Amino acid sequence: MGRAKEKSGPLARRPDNSAFKQQRLPAWSPMLTANTVLPFFYLLSVVCMLLGVWLLLTVQSTQEKKLNYTKHGDCNLCFEMRQNVSNAGQTCSCKVEFSIDRTFKGDVFFYYGLKNFHQNLRRYMDSRDDEQTVGRIKNLKSPSVYCEPFQTVENEVPIAPCGAVANSMFNDSFTLTYHTAKGRDVPVPLLRKGLTWYTDKNIKFRNPKTDNLTLAQVFEGTRPPPFWQKPVYELDPHDPINNGFINEDLIVWMREAAFPNFKKLYGILNRADAPFTNGLPKGNYSIDISYNFPVQYFHGEKEVVLTTLTWFGGQNHFLPIAYLVTSSLILLMAVVLTVAWWKFGKDGKNMKD
Amino acid sequence: MTWKSPLALVREALEGQRARESELRKLVSNLPYEGLEKGKQPNRFFPSNAVKTTKYSPLLFLPKNLYEQFHRLANLYFVGLAILNFIPVVNAFQPEVGLIPICVIMCLTALKDAWEDFRRYQSDKKINNMPCFIYSRREKQYVEKRWKDVRVGDFVKVVCNEIVPADLLLLYSSDPNGVCHIETANLDGETNLKQRTAVSGVCTSNPGFEPESFNCAVVCERPNNNLNHFKCLVEKPDKDRVGASIESLLLRGCTVRNTNHAVGFVVYAGHETKSMLNNNGSRSKRSKLERKLNVDVFFCLILLFTMCLIGALGHYLWLESLPGVPPFLVPDSNGHLDEPSLASFYMFFTMIILLQILIPISLYVSIELVKVGQIFFITNDIDLYDEETDSRVQCRALNITEDLGQIEYVFSDKTGTLTENKMVFRRCSIMGTEYPHKENAIRLAVLDEPETEEEVIFNQHQQLPRTRWSLEAEGISPSDTHWQGSRRKSKVAANGQSDAAFSSPLETEVIPDQKLLQQITRAESGGGHRDSSRDKDPHLDFFLALAICNTVVVSMANAHRQRACTSPHSSQTNNPLEAFSSLLKRAGSFIQRKSKRNHTILEVPVTDAAKTDSREDRNGVQTCSLHPLSQSGGPTLEPEDLCYEAESPDEAALVYAARAYGFILLARTPDSVTVRLPSGEELVFEVLDTLTFDSNRKRMSVLVRHPVTKEYVLYTKGADYSIMELLGTPYAEHISGVEKNIAADTQHHLDCYAKEGLRTLCITKKVVSESTYRSWSGERKRAKAAMECREEQIMETAVQLETNLTLLGATGIEDRLQENVPESIMALREAGMHVWVLTGDKPETAVNIGYACRLLEEEDLVINMSCKNKLTCTSILDCTLEEVRRYGEDPSNVDTTPNISLVIDGNTLTMAMSPDLQERFVDLAKRCRSVLCCRVTPLQKSGVVKLVREKLKVMTLAVGDGANDVNMIQAADVGIGISGQEGMQAVMASDFAISRFKHLTKLLLVHGHWCYTRLANMVIYFFYKNVAYVNLLFWYQFFCGFTATAMIDYWLMIFFNLFFTSTPPILFGIFDKDVSAEVLLGVPELYRTGQGKGEYNFLTFWISILDAFYQSLVCFFIPYLAYRDSDVDIFTFGTPLNTVALFTILLHLAIEIKSWTLVHWIIMLGSVALYFVVTLAYSAVCVTCNPPSNPYWIFQSQMADPMFYLICTLSTVVALLPRYTFYVLKNSVAPSPLLQGRQLDRMDPSTRDQWIKEWRGFRGGGPVKRYELSDPPTPTLETPADFFPDSDADFMGDDLSLNVITQNRQRVVAT
Repeated sequence: MGRAKEKSGPLARRPDNSAFKQQRLPAWSPMLTANTVLPFFYLLSVVCMLLGVWLLLTVQSTQEKKLNYTKHGDCNLCFEMRQNVSNAGQTCSCKVEFSIDRTFKGDVFFYYGLKNFHQNLRRYMDSRDDEQTVGRIKNLKSPSVYCEPFQTVENEVPIAPCGAVANSMFNDSFTLTYHTAKGRDVPVPLLRKGLTWYTDKNIKFRNPKTDNLTLAQVFEGTRPPPFWQKPVYELDPHDPINNGFINEDLIVWMREAAFPNFKKLYGILNRADAPFTNGLPKGNYSIDISYNFPVQYFHGEKEVVLTTLTWFGGQNHFLPIAYLVTSSLILLMAVVLTVAWWKFGKDGKNMKD
Repeated sequence: MTWKSPLALVREALEGQRARESELRKLVSNLPYEGLEKGKQPNRFFPSNAVKTTKYSPLLFLPKNLYEQFHRLANLYFVGLAILNFIPVVNAFQPEVGLIPICVIMCLTALKDAWEDFRRYQSDKKINNMPCFIYSRREKQYVEKRWKDVRVGDFVKVVCNEIVPADLLLLYSSDPNGVCHIETANLDGETNLKQRTAVSGVCTSNPGFEPESFNCAVVCERPNNNLNHFKCLVEKPDKDRVGASIESLLLRGCTVRNTNHAVGFVVYAGHETKSMLNNNGSRSKRSKLERKLNVDVFFCLILLFTMCLIGALGHYLWLESLPGVPPFLVPDSNGHLDEPSLASFYMFFTMIILLQILIPISLYVSIELVKVGQIFFITNDIDLYDEETDSRVQCRALNITEDLGQIEYVFSDKTGTLTENKMVFRRCSIMGTEYPHKENAIRLAVLDEPETEEEVIFNQHQQLPRTRWSLEAEGISPSDTHWQGSRRKSKVAANGQSDAAFSSPLETEVIPDQKLLQQITRAESGGGHRDSSRDKDPHLDFFLALAICNTVVVSMANAHRQRACTSPHSSQTNNPLEAFSSLLKRAGSFIQRKSKRNHTILEVPVTDAAKTDSREDRNGVQTCSLHPLSQSGGPTLEPEDLCYEAESPDEAALVYAARAYGFILLARTPDSVTVRLPSGEELVFEVLDTLTFDSNRKRMSVLVRHPVTKEYVLYTKGADYSIMELLGTPYAEHISGVEKNIAADTQHHLDCYAKEGLRTLCITKKVVSESTYRSWSGERKRAKAAMECREEQIMETAVQLETNLTLLGATGIEDRLQENVPESIMALREAGMHVWVLTGDKPETAVNIGYACRLLEEEDLVINMSCKNKLTCTSILDCTLEEVRRYGEDPSNVDTTPNISLVIDGNTLTMAMSPDLQERFVDLAKRCRSVLCCRVTPLQKSGVVKLVREKLKVMTLAVGDGANDVNMIQAADVGIGISGQEGMQAVMASDFAISRFKHLTKLLLVHGHWCYTRLANMVIYFFYKNVAYVNLLFWYQFFCGFTATAMIDYWLMIFFNLFFTSTPPILFGIFDKDVSAEVLLGVPELYRTGQGKGEYNFLTFWISILDAFYQSLVCFFIPYLAYRDSDVDIFTFGTPLNTVALFTILLHLAIEIKSWTLVHWIIMLGSVALYFVVTLAYSAVCVTCNPPSNPYWIFQSQMADPMFYLICTLSTVVALLPRYTFYVLKNSVAPSPLLQGRQLDRMDPSTRDQWIKEWRGFRGGGPVKRYELSDPPTPTLETPADFFPDSDADFMGDDLSLNVITQNRQRVVAT
C-alpha cells in the first residue's frame, strides 16, 4: 500500500540529512536587545525629526481661507427659504465678503465644502450605476437596480444619471470678485476645467456614443434626477463640451467623499492675466453665491475654501506635527533603552541563573 | 433475474440483518451451492471480501463531503453569514462576494478530502485485486481468483509467503502436524513466527484435503476486533463438536511462513475480519491548545457581538439625531424609509456580515496545514530515526503535535521502555544454591564498553573460558564465528527484521558458571546410563524446564526462516534451488565479513581462515544434502544454526541459557518438544498441554510426558510471588526440612536478584499421576469446547493443575537499560516534568532500576509507601504529607531541599487511589519529583494517569511498549508507543510511536517545544491579525453613520485575508525556530516555558487583542487625521489604510519571527510584492467590473502621491513602536530564558558547549553516571519503621550484596 518506495535496502526509511528537512537552514536571527536596536532607534528618531521639520516648514508656506456661508450675512435669508421644499424652484443668491491679508502665492484652489453630509453611507454610495456613466447605451435606458429608488421615474422612464449620489448633487454656484484697493471690481477668473482625475474624465465617465446626434437627442427618453433643475446635457450652459456625464462638477461630486465633512474642488485660479499672475493678491473679495443646496435636513453647513497646496496636499498641520511627536517619542524610548542598557546589560549577555 | 416482491426483499433484508447481528453464526461450505443464484447461497448475508475504506463515491462526493464539512460549527457559522448576505435588507456586500471566503475554504478542504480518498481508493483497489486460490467445485481444484471474490464459506488455499486474504479457520496444513506458521508483522509488527494449528478431527483425509467432503457447520461468534481471541466450534454431521480458538485462525493480513500451503475456511471476510475491525484509522484528539483556542473564538464572538451592538446602537442614535430626511439617506424602492429602530435592527446583522472576519475563518484550515508541516519535520528528523529497526518516528495522531510541548507529567513503563527488553540470563539459583555466573557478568560488562576496546577484549576473552566449559568439542569454532559474525552484523547493518531480535551475542551467548557446569557433568555421568537418579537430578530438571517450559519457536538462523523440524515430511516441500542459493549467499556474506574483520584485527587471520574453511566445508555438505540432513533426524543439526523466536524475550533468554549448558531445544511442534541433552542424546517429549501465560496467574506451564520415565511432568515457571504460594503443602508434610530451606534460600536469592535489578522467575516441577491427568484432561477438553466463558473455564483448569509444585530453582534475567535512558530522564526532569515509572516488577527491582536510570538520586528523599491495610495507608499518607509540607515550608531547607521521590506498590496504590484518599495522595504526588509505582496492573496504570490528569489538570504523557501499557497510553493526553520487542499493540494505541526511549527527549524538548511555540504564536497572531484588520472597518463606522460601509474594496479585503497575509503566518507556524535544537537539548529548562499555561494563555491572548486595538486605532486615525477636511474619496482613503494594515501586520509578524531563513524572506517579500502587483493590476483593469465599488486607478494615483508614503511610514512606525520597544526593553532588562537560550545560540559551538557544561555543573546535575548496580541508599525520611514492612534492612549486609559490590570493583578494574 502507500507510495512506492524510492529507496530500498536496510536504511530505506532513513530521512534525508538535508538542511531543509533537518530544519538547519542557515538563518538570520535578530536579537531584539537594547544594544542592537539603539542605533536604529536614534536613526529613526532623527529621520522623523528632519522629515517633520521639513513638512512643517512646507506647510507654513501655504495659505488657506475658509468661509462658512451657511447662514452668513444675507445668506441666512436663503437658508430660511431653502427650509421649505416648495421653494425649490425659486432661485436665491447672496453675497459673502471677506479679505485676505497676505497674497496667496502660486496656484490657488477654490473648494466648496460640506459638513455633516454623509456621502459615505453604504446605501448611498452604492446608489449609482458606473456602467451608465461610462456611456453604455443599455444602462442608459435601463439603469442598474443599485440606483433604486432613483432608477426610473413613473412609467419606467430611466433616470440619467441614476442613483442617489447624482440626485443629491451639490448645485450652489459661486462667482469670486476681487475688490481692488482702487475700488474696482475685478472678477477672479476660475478655471472650471481640469478639476478631475484624467482617468475619471476620459475612462470612467463617458457620454454615450453620439453618432452625430446632439447630447439632447442621446439623452432623449431619460429624465434627470428628481432633485435636478436641468437635464444632464445642460449642466454647463457656457461650455457645451462640459455636458452630459463628463461634466466636471458631476464627476467631482460622484467621487464620494470619505468623511461627512469634506470639500470638493470647484475651480482653480486662472493665473493668465494680471493681477492674478502670482496668485491671489491681498485685499477684499466677495463671493456671489447662487444658494440652492439645502442643508438643514442634516444639520449641514456649507463653506468655501481658498487654499494653496504643497507637494503633499493641502494645508494640514497634522502630518508634520505627527512626525515631530513620533520623533520625540522614539527619542524618549531610545533614552529609556539607553538607560536600561547602561544599567542592566551593557555586555548584552546578562545571563545570571 | 427473477422479479421479487418488495415484501420478500424486506424479509430478506431483515433476515440478513438478523444473521449479521446474532451472537453466533452458523456457516456452511459454499461448495454445494456453487453456481446457484444469490438468493440460494447460505452465506449470502455476510459481506464479501472486497474492502472499501473510502468515505465517498464519485457520485455522492459533493453531498457527503458537504455534510461532513457542515459538521464543523465554524463552517456552519460562515455559511449562515453568507446566506444572511443574500437577504436584501441586511446585506453588506454583493451577495456573491460574501460567499467567496467560505467557498474557498470549503473547496480547499474538499480537495484535500478528495485526494486522501482517492489514495484510499487506489490502495483498496490494489488490495482487492490481489490474487488468491479459491476452491471451485466445477474445476475440482483451486483456481486463482482475486481477493474480492472471496466469500464467507469458501475454501482458500494460501501458499508459503503469501498473505492471508480473509480470516480463515485453518482446516489443513501441508505440515503433517497440522501446523501452520504465520507472521503477523502486517498486523501488529511482531516478526516472530506464530504457530497456528488446524482444527483437529475435521480434516481426516490426509495427505490431501478434499473441500468437497467438508460437510460440517462452523459456528462462530460475531466478528469483533480482538486479535487475540476467537471462539468457534465445528459441528460435524454426526453432531460431534470440536472447539476452535484463535490458535486455528489465520488472520487477514498475516503472512504464511514455513508452511508449504494451508487450506482454510473463510469465517469472516472483508470488513468483518479482525484486522479490518482493528483498523480505525488515525486517531483524532483535541489538543489543549485547540480547546483553549475554541474558548478564545468564543471570546471573539462576544467581541463581535459587542461591536455589532455598538454599531446598531450608533446607527439608531445617528438616525434619531437627524433633523429631517437628508438627500443621502436612501429610501427603498417605494420611497419609504425604515424606522430608526428597525433600521438599526437590520444594521446589527449587516455589521455581523461586515465584521465577520473577526472570527478567523482561515484559522482552522491554517492550523491543519501547519500541523501537516510540523509532522513532516518531526518524521523527517534524522535523530529520531533508528537504524537498527529502520524506523522513523510515527505520528499517528495528526493534531496534537503542540501537546508535546506542554507535558508536565510523564508516565513511563519500565520494561521495554526504559530497558531494552532484551533479556540476558545473568544468574540462577538451583535447589537453594546460588550460581553467580561471574564470567558471564564480566562478558556483559565488556560488551558495555565502547566498540574499539571491546573488540580487542572480546577476542582475548573468547579463548580462555570456552575450552573449559564446552561439552561439544566440535561446537567451539562455529559458535565462536557465529558469535562474532552476527555481532558484526548487528553493528554494521541493521537488517531490521529477520534475526535482529536475538542475533547479538549479548542475548544468545551465556558463559556457564563453572560450579554449575561441574554439577551437571557430575549429574550426567553420575548414576550411570539411564539411571533413574539421573533423570531425577534437580539440576537437570531445572535446565529441562528452561528448555521445555516455553512457547519458543525454533527456526534456522540464517536460511529463510526455515523452521527446524525433525520430521521427514516437511522439508520435501522446499525448493532445493532456493535453499542452495541462499546458502551460497550466506557463504558469500561470511567471507565478506571475514575480510572486513581482517582489516581491523591482525592477530586472528590464521585461525580465522581455518575457521572459514571448516565453515565452508560444512556449508558444502549442507548444500548438497540439506534435506537428507534434516530427514535423518537430529545429530547433524547444528545448534548455532538454530534461532529461537519467542513472544517474550525472557523465554528466549532462558532457552539460550539452557543451551549454554548443553540442553538444546531442537524443535518444537504442538505435540512434541525435542531436546538434546549435554550427553548428545535427544529426547522427544510429548507435549500434552500448554497452559499459556496470563497476567492473572502470572505463570505458564507445560505438561509433558517424559520419554524415558513415562511420567506426566508439569513444568511451571512464573513470577516468584505467584509460584511461592503454590508450593504450599510440601512445607508441612512429607517434605523434609531441607526442602523447606530450599524455598527460603531461593526466596532470599530472589530478593537479592531483585535488588540487583534483575527480573526473577521461579522454575518448578510437578509430577502428575496418570489418573489425575486423565480426569483433568477431560475437564480441559470440555473447557476448550465451551462456548460461554471459555477463558474462565480454561483458566480454572489451569489453576487446578498448578498446585503442589516442587521448587527447582530461580533465574535472574537482566533487562538492560536502553542507551541514554539516565540522561533522558535527567533531561525530562530538568525540563520540569514529573516522571512516574509504573512497573509490574517487584519494588526492589524497580527501585534499583530507578536509581540506575536516575529516576531516584542518592541524595533524594525517598518515601517508601507500602502497607497492608487502608488504616495504615491513611496514616502514612497523612504523616508523610505533613512531613513533606513542613519540609517544604521550612525556610532553612530552601537551598538544600533534596528532591522528594515516592515509591509505592500496587496494593497501597489501590488504597491511595480510593475516593477518600486520592486528594491526599495526589497532593503528595504533586510534591514528589518522581514517583515509582511497583507491581501495578495495566488497569491501575491507566487509573493513575487518569487520576493525575483529572485532579491536577495537567498535561500527561504516557510512554510504553507493551499491551499492558495500552490503557495508560490511551488515558493520557499524549500516548507514546515504543515499537520494541513486545509487538505493536502499544504503537497501535499511541499518538506517536518512537523506537527508543532516548528519542523522547528530542521529541519533547525540541519538537514539542517548537511545535507548541510555533502554533501558539501563530494562533495568537491570527487572532491579532483579524482583530486589527476588522477594527479598521469598525472605526470607520463612526464616520459613516454606522451604516456598515467598507472603505476598502471588497475584493481587496477578501484577498487581503486569503492571499496577502495568509502564507506568512502558516510559514511562521511551520518554520519558526526560536532556539536551536542543540540549546534546547542542552538546557532542558527551556521546556518549562510551554508547560502549564504556556505561551498561549489568557494574558498573551488579551494583550495581543489589545495591541490589535491599538494598532488598528493608529492605522485608522493617522490617515484619518491626515486626510481630514480634504477632498479625499472613500476608496482613496481606504488604499493607504489597507497598505498600512498590510505593512503593520506583516512587520508585526517580522518582529515575532525569531529566525529568518531564505524561505521567510521569499514569503514575506513575496506577500508584499503580491499585494502591490495584484492591487495595481486590479485597479488598472477594473473599470466597472464590480458595480457599487470602483477602485479604478486609485492605487496608481495613490502611489504617485507623496502623502501616501508619508502616511504609510508614519502609521506603521507608530503602530509597531510599543510592541517593538516592549520587546527590546524586556529582552534587555529581564530576558526570558528563551532569549538567553537564543543568546547561547549565537555563540560558536565550542564556547556554547563549554558554557552548557559549566552551567549544568553549576546546577548540580553533574555528568550522568554510568549504570552501575549499587545498593540503593536507605530512605532518609524518618518514619516509624513498622510502616515499612518491606524495609531495606532485610537486604542489607548479606554476602550476596557484598558480592555484587566486589563484582563492580572487578568490573572497574577490568575496564
